[in-house]
Amino acid sequence: MTSELSRRLLQGDKRALTRVLSLVENGYPEGRQALRELFSHSGRAHIIGVTGSTGSGKSTLVGALARHFRQRDRSIGIVVTDPTSPFSHGALLGDRIRMQDLTSDPGVFIRSMATRGALGGLAPATNDVVTVLEAAGKEVVLVETVGAGQDEVEIADTAHTTIVMSIPGAGDEIQTIKAGILEIADILVVNKADQMGADLIARQLHMFLTLSKDRGWEVPIIKTTAHQGKGVSELADAIDRHRVYLEESGRLEEIRRHRARRQLLSLAQSQFLAYVLATAEADGHIETLVEAVARREMDPHTAAERLIEAVAGGRFSLWGSQG
Amino acid sequence: MTQERKLKIIIAKPGLDGHDRGAKVVARALRDAGFEVVYTGIRQTPEMIAETALQEDADMVGLSILSGAHLELFPRVVQELKKRGMEDVVLFGGGIIPREDVPHLQEIGFKALFGPGSSTHDIVEWARKNAPARGAASLS
Repeated sequence: MTSELSRRLLQGDKRALTRVLSLVENGYPEGRQALRELFSHSGRAHIIGVTGSTGSGKSTLVGALARHFRQRDRSIGIVVTDPTSPFSHGALLGDRIRMQDLTSDPGVFIRSMATRGALGGLAPATNDVVTVLEAAGKEVVLVETVGAGQDEVEIADTAHTTIVMSIPGAGDEIQTIKAGILEIADILVVNKADQMGADLIARQLHMFLTLSKDRGWEVPIIKTTAHQGKGVSELADAIDRHRVYLEESGRLEEIRRHRARRQLLSLAQSQFLAYVLATAEADGHIETLVEAVARREMDPHTAAERLIEAVAGGRFSLWGSQG
Repeated sequence: MTQERKLKIIIAKPGLDGHDRGAKVVARALRDAGFEVVYTGIRQTPEMIAETALQEDADMVGLSILSGAHLELFPRVVQELKKRGMEDVVLFGGGIIPREDVPHLQEIGFKALFGPGSSTHDIVEWARKNAPARGAASLS
């Protein structure tokens, strides 16, 4: 039976939507129940990821893209991410500043999330929040990562189409060659294209692409000046072309299966970890092992194995599970 | 997953003045105190502020104003929040607000008003004490 809250959400009640998002983001059982009820209503939206370094113009581009897709009459969900302070555990969420004009558009719903200790460039509950926005009928969901460096590639597992942004004047071509984040791009954007060096970076990216493997999709390089809206229409066209490619090539089905596996395993992993830690913490086992490692009486690998043995009763072997 | 309700505060600047040093300092202080703070930027209409509070499911909204239009704009934010069913949000304000205007603003729902000279420490302490204790039950 569907709960009152989920029912209201499916009928388009924004207040219900925003509350479900909070319940989900904060891990309440009611949020889990809502997800169960809403999951079958999700899966139809085009999820577009936008990533790039700090200051590359992600929020500005996301705002510009949203405005453009509104002209194509699509309803939009936007999830923006900013980092949680490792010290205070607070966060300053400032991505909305670049898109506040969109709040007066009833076809757009923007939600800010803090990373809360997650390292992949997104928040722990981003995938669930996207699911809820899809169930609420959003046709396009734009997901913006934190300012990403070389390793925050989780967005590629969340989005159908991943846009990686570069800007002129941010490192030489070695940075381009080694940066793992470029490899997840379905579309490369050179933003701030009105600045000097934009053509150079575009050429470097082109070189990089000729080195990378063919995935059946030719990654376009698109120059934008997001705050003026320049290049945004070309980018939106490329996004739509990529969607068509995903559907016609059967890649979309592959992505769905891949994502299902990833989500299942990562949830099982975090729940198992939480169980191990809660159990071991309760019986004081962790402190004993910490002490032993600190005194160098036991190496950390053995200690970890002991910890899991103590909780799982020897049914799991740490080395076995890795092999 | 662990259950953790982080408190979310919107810091917004209604009206036309562009002086947001104070708003930024307060936003930063609240972040450093462990809150999740959404800063909207300057020149926000009451509709934009209320809609942001709704979309972000804010626990508290703090308005900063230096233009003198608080008697005009603060009540309109209250109205717009009500329109969206967000009347349970805890409201506070700051900026240049004459003492004689304070009782009226308190009456319409602003629990605290921080004038010039307020310390960030006091604002953080106040926010901690007055944060709504919203559990899952009241979230529906």
